[in-house]
Formats: sequence, structure tokens, C-alpha cells
Amino acid sequence: MTAAFELILCLMILGTACVALLVRDFLAAIAFFVVFGNLMGLAWLALGAVNVALAEIAIGAGVTGVLLILTRGRLLALGEQIDGNPLGHWLNLGAAVVCSAFAVVLGAAVLSIAPDDGLAPVIDRLMPRIGVENPVTGVLLAFRAYDTLLESFVLLGALVAVWSLAPADAWPRAPAALRMTDPAALNVAESFGRLVLPIALVVAAYLVWVGSDRPGGAFQGGTVLAGGFLLAAMGGAMGLPRSDDPAFRWTLVAGPLVFLAIGLAGMALGRFLAYPEGMAKALIVTIEYFLAFSIGVTLALLVAGPPVRAETVP
Amino acid sequence: MSPLDLLVAAPLAFMVAALVLGQGGRWLILAAGPVMLGLSAWLLALPPDAAHLVGNWDLPLGILLRADGVARLLVPATCVCFVAVALYAWPEFSPKAGRETARAHTFWPMLYLMWGGSNAGYLTTDLFNLYVTIEMVSLAAVALAAMGSLAAGLQYFMIALVGSLAYLLGVALLAGHYDTVDATLLAVRARPDLPTVLALAVMTAGLLVKAALFPLHGWLPPAHAAAPAPASALLSAIVVKLGFVIILRLWFEAFAEVVRPAAIHLLGGMGALAVIYGSIQAIRQERLKPLVAYSTVAQLGYLFLAFPLIWNARIPGEPWAAVLVHAVAHMLAKAAMFLAAGLMLKAVAGDRISDLGGLARAMPLSVTAFALAAISLMGLPPSGGFTAKFLLLHAAIEQGQVIYAGVLVIGGLLGAAYLFRPLSVAFGASAAPVVRAEGALRVAAPLTLAALAIALGFAGMTLIELSSIGAPPAIALPLAEEPGP
Amino acid sequence: MSLPAALGHLFPLTGAALVGLGLFGFIILRHPLRQLLAVNVIAAGIFLILGGLGRGEDVTDPYPQALVITGIVVSVALTALGAAMITRLAEDRCAPAPTPEPPGDRDA
Repeated sequence: MTAAFELILCLMILGTACVALLVRDFLAAIAFFVVFGNLMGLAWLALGAVNVALAEIAIGAGVTGVLLILTRGRLLALGEQIDGNPLGHWLNLGAAVVCSAFAVVLGAAVLSIAPDDGLAPVIDRLMPRIGVENPVTGVLLAFRAYDTLLESFVLLGALVAVWSLAPADAWPRAPAALRMTDPAALNVAESFGRLVLPIALVVAAYLVWVGSDRPGGAFQGGTVLAGGFLLAAMGGAMGLPRSDDPAFRWTLVAGPLVFLAIGLAGMALGRFLAYPEGMAKALIVTIEYFLAFSIGVTLALLVAGPPVRAETVP
Repeated sequence: MSPLDLLVAAPLAFMVAALVLGQGGRWLILAAGPVMLGLSAWLLALPPDAAHLVGNWDLPLGILLRADGVARLLVPATCVCFVAVALYAWPEFSPKAGRETARAHTFWPMLYLMWGGSNAGYLTTDLFNLYVTIEMVSLAAVALAAMGSLAAGLQYFMIALVGSLAYLLGVALLAGHYDTVDATLLAVRARPDLPTVLALAVMTAGLLVKAALFPLHGWLPPAHAAAPAPASALLSAIVVKLGFVIILRLWFEAFAEVVRPAAIHLLGGMGALAVIYGSIQAIRQERLKPLVAYSTVAQLGYLFLAFPLIWNARIPGEPWAAVLVHAVAHMLAKAAMFLAAGLMLKAVAGDRISDLGGLARAMPLSVTAFALAAISLMGLPPSGGFTAKFLLLHAAIEQGQVIYAGVLVIGGLLGAAYLFRPLSVAFGASAAPVVRAEGALRVAAPLTLAALAIALGFAGMTLIELSSIGAPPAIALPLAEEPGP
Repeated sequence: MSLPAALGHLFPLTGAALVGLGLFGFIILRHPLRQLLAVNVIAAGIFLILGGLGRGEDVTDPYPQALVITGIVVSVALTALGAAMITRLAEDRCAPAPTPEPPGDRDA
């Protein structure tokens, strides 16, 4: 029964991916991509990886989907042609042959690797030392905290890189408003946005809190927060900040900065990113709260895009 | 306390500070310069086996940082380049008329992100951690490239993205296969089976795209030629080196037992072709910056041409040192050349080589910096470039590798040909143009870098000794061999 | 939950197929935004290989799970940068700014 379910799930994943790549209408492609992301989330659930499932659905399908829809809208407004039938050129046949051959070799390589839970026993043995129950949180914020620290700077850096694209006369204004233009849609979005933001805050805080023991954590919480911010911005309940607003800049850097500071404090006691005995859980939860908040704001602003000139702001 | 962490943590802290400070962010280099130079000196002073686990979490789970010869040579050189470029960029990326601009504000956090990322890349042995550092550096590199030409930046972005994913695919296969992605553990565990070979192949392909080895170099000349001078300097000097360093670690450390001679010669052959192709393209350029950019394509070729020489050497320590010295010398000389070219092109009206007429008398110091950098790039003595090419040529002749030896000689001649042209125009007899005087720092930055590239030529033995520290066993052992009694 | 042995590789194999499919999309698609979508499909495939190979009898290895979460966040950051670049390029193409940069800023 489970096997049949998994087989069907995998076929659906491949099918939605095919459609998302090859369909003529880009809006349909995005819709199928979002479905694809959600099916991927199901696949992660089937693998027992609830943490990844949450991240995949929230970030892979949710944030990326919103980003693609928004970008499509902006490109269409500029008169760009995104739709189009990608198939039909004879060269594509060559590409298809090459890519299938690559996939077959890759599949053969994958088949020769026996799936196993590898380091799970090692991680189980180490978990008591940090007082956290969720092993994925343990890997992300203790055993491989260095990766996660650098990654939080990648996210921050991506936002700065997006800002660097701002036209010269647009700095330091806010990004283009996400507020809906259609009055009826705005009305719905407005009340919905007002409602959603507090809920998003609560859910995000909850996800971070349970993340130390059960599935959840800073990235999942941060994404929920980003979703709340975006909905509130679309409903006009919330404006987007100017990029030179000092409070806003501190919000962006708070997470990475607290992470870095706690890492450096560990150095004074022994080693970079080492947590002193008994304080590990408290420190991890502290880092996660700051990180989740900064990630939420950063993701929302990444989706919003670079600052724009005054006249394009309605 | 250890410089291994601080060399990464400090630039990240400066990135945060630059982001928060906005207008004042450019002043931070006055603090970052001494701090980072101090940390680099500390790194050089560490005992030879200096290494530690981040957070004390053991392998295979944790992440190991270490100060091997590669890091000891590249971290200080990178630091010098960043300081010089930052001082040069200071007036260019300042607020205009008291107003903060997008570029002036974002340039500085991007610079520190790239700095932290490249240091992290030189110091870590964890292949997944390297993926994150690659993304740190690529992100900043794309933003800097896009400041010159958005179209070239987007092309670079797409190619860098696919390169990163190819690398990540290899990491995924290795993580599934060996339950670790640490290079030092893989060196013991790796077997020459399908997943390992495929992983090595896709990772190398992805990194070669990022290191712009011919014929995967297509994105480099437009992106590097169009960017503002300080950005070009960083892109050509630093960014392409990270991909090279990771390939070096994969081929001679993690998978030294898996690699076969045919593959090594494929890389060496591509390197040789890159030397010839890049040089000929450089000769054909009419504009100065594309010439310097194609010179990067050619010079990167030498780094890979050295692979078979290291592989076959009786004393691999020598070509190993040569390739690292070449990386450092190219870093310094190419950064100097792009910065000097920036000043020269700003002074004259156009961007063509023929516009440079008589410039040597109008701005002698900048043209001197360009000329000194050219000496190192051509491989004329005394210079770091000469030391590197001499050691490579020596190894090639000793091994009877006639083709590689020939390419080394021809590459040097072609290098002289393309670099002599702008210099002969600048030193030509035409009337000296009237140019606006540049700030002392802007003139000093390329001159210092070029002088250092020359000075490397006098430090050959020190560099060889440094490069052998913690070198992979295949390379380090023969050097340690003492003649028996 | 015990699976027939042949199905143990189901998810990693699906991942391998997704990588091939995404690569094909990346090659044949012309618009950069659609290429960006293809890149996301490749990334999803790689993550599935990484996570799927960590599937044990009872639990899935948390180590690749953490790597996948890191990878997902990095990939969304890059996708956002790519989308912003594509939009800005289209803006420049359709209505070039009157003065792209103050003089002196674009030197060299």
C-alpha cells in the first residue's frame, strides 16, 4: 500500500515537473511548479523528513511561487514575452538524448549506493549534549552551525545584491508596492492581511519554539513570517520599508549578527560556535528566534525586489 | 582563539557593520585592513599542523578548518588584494553630493561577503561547507559584475548557478555514498566506483565553469571587461581562484586515489589550449579591458596545465609550489593591472588601446604599475610569475613533457606580444595628453600590488616551503624524504 | 514501515530523473525566468537524491536533511536575485533610464 502510494507520488512529481517546464503558458507553468513543490513536500513526509517537508512547502513552493508570479506580472507589464512553446526545434532532440543519457548514468550511480541512515546513530549519541530533541535542529544549529551561519549571510547577501540593482535615482526608496490595484481584490486582501499577520507571528513563534524538540525551526518560522508580511503588504496593511531606515537595517542583520556574536563568545570559552555545557539549548533557541525574524523580513524583501523610482510607486 | 575562525568571522562582522552604517560603510576598511592583515600574519605564524573542528564537533559530522600551504599562501594574498582594491574603490563608491547611492552602499557589504567567503573556502576541508562558500563568493561576484553590465551579469549568474548545482550534485552523491563530505576522510575512504567518479566529474565540471577554463570561459571576458575597475580586479584576481583551489583539493587530496592519468591529461590539455586561445584572443583585442580579461583566460590555463606536471613529478612539491605561486602572482598582478587600466582609461577619452598614446609621460606611476604587472604576467625575471613558470618549465623538461614545455614557452611569448602592445603605445612618442591628477591612494594601490608581484620573485624558497605545509600526502611525502645514510 | 527492496531507491531515482528533466528544460528554454524555474527543478532533484539516500529502516538520516534545508534556503536566495536581475534588465530594455548613473561613477 505504502509502496503503491510512493510510486504514484513519484510519477506525479515527474509529471508536474514536465508540465511546469514544457507548458506554453507561463502562468500554468508556475501553477504546476507550485503543485510540484507541494508534492515534493509530500515526498519528504513519506521519507519521514517533516522538517524538510515544512521548508520545501513553505520556501520551495510558497516563496518561490509568489516570486515567480510577481516577476511574471512585472515582466508582462513591461511587454516581455515569456510564454512560448519550447518544443519543436530539431536541436531539442539532441538535448533530450544527452539529458536522458545523463539521467540514466546518474540513476545507475544512485542505484549503486545503498540507502542507509548513515550518521543517524552518531547524531543520536550527540543529542543529549545539547539538550535539544529535534536532531535536524541539532545538526543545523550545533554540529554544523558553521554552515548555517554562513548560509544566513548568503541570504542577507542576496538581499544586498538585489538592492545593488536599484536604479541610481531610486535609492534609498522602498521596493515597488505590492498593494493590489483592483479595488475588490484589495478589499479582500486588506482584511485578510490584517488577520493573517498576527496569526503568522504566532505560528512563526510556535514553529521556532517547538523546533528545538519537534519538527519546525528558524527557517520554517521565518518563512511563515515572510508569508504574513507579504500578505499584509498586498492588502496595504503594511508598507514596504525604505532601504535606509536604520531600524529596518538592524532587523535584517539581527539574526546573522546574534548568531555570529554567540559564535565568537564561544571562542572566548574554548572554540568558535561551541556552546558551554548546559547552556546549549538556551543559546540555540535565542539564535533561532533572532534568525527566524531576520529571515522572515529578508525573504519578504527578496520577493519584493530592488527599490524603485518614485513615479512607479502608486 | 584562532585566526582560522576569525579570518571568516571578521569580514562577516564588517559586512554587517557596512550594511548598518550605510554612508559611513566605506570607512570600515581603515579598521578591516589592519585587522585582516594581522590575522593573515597570525595564520602564517601558526604551527604547521594547525587545524581544528568548529564547535569541537568531531568528523564525520563536524567541519574541519586547517591552515595548510594553500591557505597560507592564498589568504594573505587575498587580503592584500582586498585592501588595495578597497582603498582604490574608496572615492568611486562614496556618496555622491552627500547622498547615499545604491552602488556606494551595496559595494562595501558585497566586498566583505566575498572576502569572508573566499577565506572560508581556503580554510575548510568540508565539501558541503565549500558549496556555501562558493555561493557567498558567487553572489557577491554577480552583484559586482552587474554593476558594469546587467546583461553580462545575468549571463554570469545563470552559468554560475548551473556550475554550483553541478557541484552540489556531486556533494549529494558523496554524502549518500560515504556518509561524509570531509576531504580528509574521503581521501581515505574514496573508491574508484561509478558514484565517486561521476561525483568527481560533475563537481569538476561545475567548478571549471566557475574557474573559466577554456572552453568554459565564455562568460568571463564580457563580465570582467564591463565591470567597474575595482570589481574587475576582484573578479579576475579572487573569484576564479576559489574554483581552482577546490579542484586542487578534490584531485590531489580527496580523490587522489581515484584520479586516472587520462583525466589529468585532459585537464592539462584544456589548460594548454586555454593558454594559447586566451593569448591569441588577447592579441586580437582593440580595447584595453577585454585584453586584460582575455589575459585572465590565458593565465588560468597555466594553473591547470600544471596538473599533469604535479601528477608525474618525481618531486611533486616543486610543481605544486609553482602552481600556488602562480595563483598568488596572478592574483596580485591581475588586480594591479585592472586597477591601473582603470586609471589609464579614465584619464584618456576612449577605451581603446590606441587611445593610450603618450600616457607614460602623463601618468608615469600608473603606467609603471601596469608595466610591472605585465612583467609578472609575461613571466620575465625577477617576478612571482617568473618563479612559477620557471618551476613549471623545469618540471616539464625533467619529465620529458615536450608539449607542455612548448606551450609554456609559446604562452610566454604570446603574453609578451599582447602586453607589449598597450605598453608600446603608452610609452610611444605621441604628445602626452593632459590628465587630471588622481588621489595618492588610487595611484599607490596598483603600484603596491604590482611591486609585490615582482617582490615574490625574490622569495622563491620561502614560498616553496610555505606551499609544502600540510600538503596532501601524495605531494608532501617526497619532499620530506631524507637521503638515507 | 518496511519497503520492498526495489523501492528503497524510489526517491533518489526520481531525483535523478528530475535532474535530467530540469537540465533539458534549462537547455531548451529561452526565457531566463523559465530557465530559473528549470534550475529549481534540478535543485529539487538533487535534494531528493541527497535526502532519499539517507533513508534507513526506521528513520531518515538527519544529516542530509539539514544539508537539504540549507540548500533550499540558498536556492531561494539565488532565485530571488535572478528574478530581480531579469526584471531590471527588462526595465532597462523597455525604458532606458535618462541618466543611468551620475557621471564619474561609471568610470573605467
